[in-house]
Amino acid sequence: MSTGEPDAIVVDGLVKRFGAFVAVDHVSFAVAPGEIMGFLGPNGAGKSTIIRILCGLFAPTEGHVRVSGIDVATDPEGVRARIGYMSQKFSLYRDLTVLENLTFFAGIYGVRRRARAERIGYAVEMAGLGGREGQRVATLSGGWQQRLALGCAILHRPRILFLDEPTSGVEPMARRRFWDLIHALAEDGVSVLVSTHYMDEAEYCDRVALINHGRLVAVDTPGALKRAGGGRPLFVIEPADLGAALAALAGAAGIASASVYGGTLHVAAADPHYDAADLAALFAERGVEPGRIEPTAPSLEDVFVDLVASDTRTGGRAA
Amino acid sequence: MSPDAPPVVALDGVVKRFGERVAVDGLAFAVAPGEIFGLVGPDGAGKTTTLRMLAGLLPPDAGTIRVADTDVVAAPEAVKARISYMPQRFGLYEELTVAENIRFYADLFEVPRRVREERTDRLLAASGMTAFRAFRAGKLSGGMKQKLGLTCALVHTPDIVLLDEPTTGVDPVSRREFWAILYRLRAEGVTILLSTAYLDEAERCDRLALLSAGRVLHCDTPAALKARMPGAVLAIMTGSGRAARAALDGQEGVGRALLVGGGLHVVVDDPARRIPQIRASLAERSVPVGDIAAIAPGVEDVFMALVADASPR
Amino acid sequence: MRAKRLLAIARKEVLQIVRDPRSLMIALLMPFLQMFLLGYGISLDLKHVPVCVFDRERSQTSEDLVARFEASAYFAVTRRLSQYAELTDAIDRRACVLALVIPPDFSERLAADGTAPVQAILDATDTNTATIAYGYAANVLARYSAEIGETERARQGETASLFVPVEVDSRVWFNEDLESRNFIIPGLVAVILALVGAQLTALTIAREWERGTMELLISTPVTATELMVGKLAPYLVLGWAVSVLCLLLAVFWFAVPFRGTIGTIFVTTTLFLLVVIGIGYLVSALIRDQLGASQVALIATILPANLLSGYIFPIDQMPAAVQAITYLVYTRYYVEIVKAVFLKGSGLAALALPVVFLAVYAAAVLALAALAFRKRLR
Repeated sequence: MSTGEPDAIVVDGLVKRFGAFVAVDHVSFAVAPGEIMGFLGPNGAGKSTIIRILCGLFAPTEGHVRVSGIDVATDPEGVRARIGYMSQKFSLYRDLTVLENLTFFAGIYGVRRRARAERIGYAVEMAGLGGREGQRVATLSGGWQQRLALGCAILHRPRILFLDEPTSGVEPMARRRFWDLIHALAEDGVSVLVSTHYMDEAEYCDRVALINHGRLVAVDTPGALKRAGGGRPLFVIEPADLGAALAALAGAAGIASASVYGGTLHVAAADPHYDAADLAALFAERGVEPGRIEPTAPSLEDVFVDLVASDTRTGGRAA
Repeated sequence: MSPDAPPVVALDGVVKRFGERVAVDGLAFAVAPGEIFGLVGPDGAGKTTTLRMLAGLLPPDAGTIRVADTDVVAAPEAVKARISYMPQRFGLYEELTVAENIRFYADLFEVPRRVREERTDRLLAASGMTAFRAFRAGKLSGGMKQKLGLTCALVHTPDIVLLDEPTTGVDPVSRREFWAILYRLRAEGVTILLSTAYLDEAERCDRLALLSAGRVLHCDTPAALKARMPGAVLAIMTGSGRAARAALDGQEGVGRALLVGGGLHVVVDDPARRIPQIRASLAERSVPVGDIAAIAPGVEDVFMALVADASPR
Repeated sequence: MRAKRLLAIARKEVLQIVRDPRSLMIALLMPFLQMFLLGYGISLDLKHVPVCVFDRERSQTSEDLVARFEASAYFAVTRRLSQYAELTDAIDRRACVLALVIPPDFSERLAADGTAPVQAILDATDTNTATIAYGYAANVLARYSAEIGETERARQGETASLFVPVEVDSRVWFNEDLESRNFIIPGLVAVILALVGAQLTALTIAREWERGTMELLISTPVTATELMVGKLAPYLVLGWAVSVLCLLLAVFWFAVPFRGTIGTIFVTTTLFLLVVIGIGYLVSALIRDQLGASQVALIATILPANLLSGYIFPIDQMPAAVQAITYLVYTRYYVEIVKAVFLKGSGLAALALPVVFLAVYAAAVLALAALAFRKRLR
């Protein structure tokens, strides 16, 4: 991530309505060159809509969007020439080979014939597809298809990459290799905006934007989000009888939520000063053996679920 | 969960070939009643094939499979009334409504009307879908479809639930609701087998089998698996992750490095010894570095250590 | 078979049919369109064939002959010509299909020899029309000749030998009392049902494999027979609806006489529908993708139905080897039955042989279809 340069993406007061439905509701954020920004949010929160607006595929209803210094509303074609876009469906031709797909997309992006071999070579090397150029896409595993799709999206050397759930349904090891590629691109100064459902992937991002009902609920680094944690102490307990422990916690004063996690319970307290001793006292009072009680740091998923739940409850007024 | 009870699912020496390809190669594991058992592994490890064989949809080429006291190889139809299977692909009728889909599956399992109505109400409420009863299934979001799939799978009283990557494409909030339903089932004594590519999710299972190339590499509780993780994971805060990774490549006692936002995760054999060593070599190459601290390994770290190193790649 | 599961399948299938109005419209509209297009298009009758007359004699006798053409519904005398050049011109410009040339000595030769040549010139660019027009013309001429002959015989006091002044080439469909439509429409009903019926069910199993719903369905206790019966029942009802539509069109629009009983046509149509929807299901169970199943079903029904069912090409005029093959073509039995029920009013007893054949066919196809469906993944 480098500073001092103008931001690669600037979104200011973005609103998108489809009829009466507000898909994007006054969203503002910026992405620096070489930054990896993660988009998190429930299905239908508006992540894909924002990405499509940034790609110039939808016109914004209100607000300003500048991508690579170009106003998306006035020059969507100019934006499209400077960005790479990869959708969750990997728009590849399954009956063509790796090389044929790359050649096709090079043509689509208007890569000059003289530059084509060099660019395709770059994409093949970048995505680690060497040795598989002649293979049909249909015979590649999900992880390889995903890397080819990324290779196709960077053929024209875009400075900005939009990845819409690029890793959905791809196995963990392939996902890690894929993230290596994204980090390598970011170090070369490419800005990456990526949406995901995988919390472990959110941790790989420099910053994370949390979106719910079209609103930006939080934008920060994963570490800062976890530290803020909604201000709720979190404990892991390991009771012998999960059902009895859950019953004891139900409706108890000071307890925000309790959820089963394998053989353990994750208990979130509502009061920031609640501690392990308070929890032990609560169980003693109810005559339930809580087993081990340990304070724990909230995971990004805990934070996410918490923020989404409180945003949904307040209808965004608190956010 | 009663680990001493006879297993409700038991596989032994199971082999399945598709032409030349061996998808499942001498698979063996057992699942106790009331357990949530996770199958974890890379693409092509044989997770889906295994679940399909357990559901009686695919005959194995060799080996024995017993599910709910039934020999699935000899009598695949006999097991079907005892199980619920949810395929990876959304398998419901998109032109039917939520309620119609549920009723269809209830009728196939001959669930009496009153039981069906009571259970439908309860399951829809648990997954926050009561308002969507009259929606066509095709109009639902991915997460809702998965929850509808689970509701259909649970509308009869299965002894065993088989779920193939049930939460792929499901957002974290819906995923929590999904798991809450699974834990409630477990409390009722239902055995659950699921496959997943989400390793944070695998931590929610009682036991895990790490599959690779159609075989079980490790089978244990998530905690025990994490204890088996050789060494520790260090989080190194740095603005130039790639440079740091290059600097640490091949150093003694330093293993796999993973780029994350704001830095690098590396696996080391001994944190106390390696932290000063890492600081020194990064300083030598003038890579700026912030905090270095040991963090708890996730199942994903364990998976990478145990499976990635075992598979020939 | 468990009633609850069977009903569940049938109910689901009905909902799917109803929720897919486009396919339902096609299922109902296609037969409708086919009835009209083929009902009119394949008609082997011609009406008002334009005729030019070059009457070089202009006598009472020749006018008498021309009047016969004018009186026939098949012909319309559009032009009277006064020279031969006009005739070629009229044919070239397609002002007429048939030009009749009556020689200047027509009545004279008829009186003297009892025969007189009349030249009929046909525009044979459309061979079919020309052949049919020729047939009609020959017919008109034959009647005319016969009457002349009778008058002649009466005049000459001859009563014995049949005196035919003009050779007549007659064909099966050129019988003025029987319109070809009466033959073709009942056969057409059979062919349409064969096509539509198999197409409806050809998709039913393949669609479930393609959409992934089958993987879930086969993990339930539902049996192959329940699935088949549950799935086919709604399509049988739909098939009945299409049959009623086609039969009503045949009777009330095309005015084909219906001499049989509703009971006979209901029983035989049901048997036939079972065969065709069974074939569609069988194909669907064997070929697990929609496009493939649809194409195979089309080939399996359209070719034999069109060519070998006897609905348009008479079976008894086919070579012996081909005739033998037609015994395998289920549509031929139904074509035979429908024609007989419509035109002859035959009952089940009279149609025992084709009915039994159809019943055996239905049983065999359904048994095969139930066996062909496997509750297994590949």
